[in-house]
Amino acid sequence: MSLLEVNGIYGGYGGADILHGVELRVEPGEIVVIIGPNGAGKSTVMKAIFGLVPVREGRILFSGEEITNLRSSIIVRRGMSYVPQEYNVFPSLTVKENLEMGAFIRTDDFSEQLAHVFEIFPPLKDKRRQAAGLLSGGERQMVAIGRALMLTPRLLMLDEPTAGLSPQVVDLIFERIRTINDLGISFLMVEQNAKRALSFAHRGYLMTMGRSRFEDTGPNLLANPDVMEMFLGG
Amino acid sequence: MIEILQVLIFGIVLGSIITLGAVGLSLLFGILRFANFAHGDMMTVGAYLALVFVAGLGWPIYAAFPMALAGGAVVAIAIDRVLYKRLRRTAPVILLISSFGVGLMLRSLVQFIWGPQSLVYEPGIQFPLEIFGLRIKPDHLVILAGVIILVILLHLFLQYTKMGKAMRAMSDNMDLAEITGIETERVIMWTWALGGALAAGAGIFLAMDTRLQPFMGWNMLLPVFAAAIMGGIGKPYGAIAGGMTVGIAEEMSTLFFSPAYKSAVAFALMVIILIVRPTGLFGGRSR
Ligand SMILES: Nc1ncnc2c1ncn2[C@@H]1O[C@H](COP(=O)(O)OP(=O)(O)OP(=O)(O)O)[C@@H](O)[C@H]1O
Ligand SMILES: [Mg+2]
Repeated sequence: MSLLEVNGIYGGYGGADILHGVELRVEPGEIVVIIGPNGAGKSTVMKAIFGLVPVREGRILFSGEEITNLRSSIIVRRGMSYVPQEYNVFPSLTVKENLEMGAFIRTDDFSEQLAHVFEIFPPLKDKRRQAAGLLSGGERQMVAIGRALMLTPRLLMLDEPTAGLSPQVVDLIFERIRTINDLGISFLMVEQNAKRALSFAHRGYLMTMGRSRFEDTGPNLLANPDVMEMFLGG
Repeated sequence: MIEILQVLIFGIVLGSIITLGAVGLSLLFGILRFANFAHGDMMTVGAYLALVFVAGLGWPIYAAFPMALAGGAVVAIAIDRVLYKRLRRTAPVILLISSFGVGLMLRSLVQFIWGPQSLVYEPGIQFPLEIFGLRIKPDHLVILAGVIILVILLHLFLQYTKMGKAMRAMSDNMDLAEITGIETERVIMWTWALGGALAAGAGIFLAMDTRLQPFMGWNMLLPVFAAAIMGGIGKPYGAIAGGMTVGIAEEMSTLFFSPAYKSAVAFALMVIILIVRPTGLFGGRSR
């Protein structure tokens, strides 16, 4: 059974549909990346999966259970976390408080998980008492991912986690995503840097104009001339 | 000189009462994103709730105080359940007008039950203490101490409890709070409880400083708003500075103008500060 299955969803922000029958799936343990030109609807798909954009038609299954149009507060309890593209930390809260908020619904002792997140992202440990709003872009992204990890989700959705970061920091984030993936957590990511992302992911989708056009392993997508043309031609 | 210090003391007392109202107002705004025009009347309700225990049951005011705070919290939560909860996703202006209506209803209810005349908790005149030539009423010390204790308790709550942290998180970014899994409705309930309790506290202190009167809270709405806005609306900590500034400025102005202009002074000060610092004394939210 696929971990996540998106079957022909249509939907948008209330006006005309932005998504026109998107199909995609994530298998347990996979890193799947969505690439595509600006405005293709990549962020919108993630929001639709997470219950933030209404789905008019089609179904979304998570671990075989239907989650179409469920509230995000319910989806997060089912074991999926989502890190939006922007405004993804609580700026006035400290790093540690941000992580604690990730564990809000946990009633057990989560100090182990906290220590684990600090292990994955050592810079956060040193800055745990700093306000997240004062961190660098890379550190903020670490806080956002770390917060999403506090519930030990099975699937983590990241919307452009490396946008606007310096090359070294991009490397570091990718490396950490690999580390987290090795722990058995699956990823669905949107990435602007198609080459980089496809060589990194297990599988990828190319989206244009609200549809998923191509699906293949990273190297195959990269080698496909149509994909590159569509991506660049938008 | 003595006269200025004397007025300063009045200003600090008034400022601390305004602070208590403004902190709650700011907290509510930060999380619910609307200006609660019923806040002054929630103060009034709190003051009269205390009267129930003091005059009705013969309790001393310090015993009535926590009961009235709890009562204020319950009233605030009840209003939210009945009214605001249904309007959660509507435009702020609708919420604002609704709160205006709630205020009117609370005020009328108080007047209906207790009548329009002014009342006091304990009849008789308190003789002021003479300290270095300054006249200080014992009630003033009680008010100041009470406000300091409540503000410290609020601070500890916001900084160190899970619910307090979630309140700050929601005031930072409501959508992110939702997708993080924070139980936003529960946090909103707690926010109303705190806002209602703080308003009740402010109302009781106001009644101790002056008298109980159905319009007492409504008349304080402008300075309370001025204080909250000055401190950067949505920032409870800024509201403390805003409240003290407004209170002291209002009382100090009586050295130069008729006390009738007190509110105008508060308002003028707010406008000036907003011109110099558009996001408030401490740079509140700009979004
Ligand atoms: N909140 C919104 N309300 C209405 N329309 C929106 C909203 N957000 C995005 N859109 C529209 O939906 C379409 C797809 O946007 P989306 O953000 O999903 O694209 P994207 O593929 O993530 O692009 P980018 O690479 O720039 O992030 C765009 O035409 C955009 O204008
Ligand atoms: Mg996007």
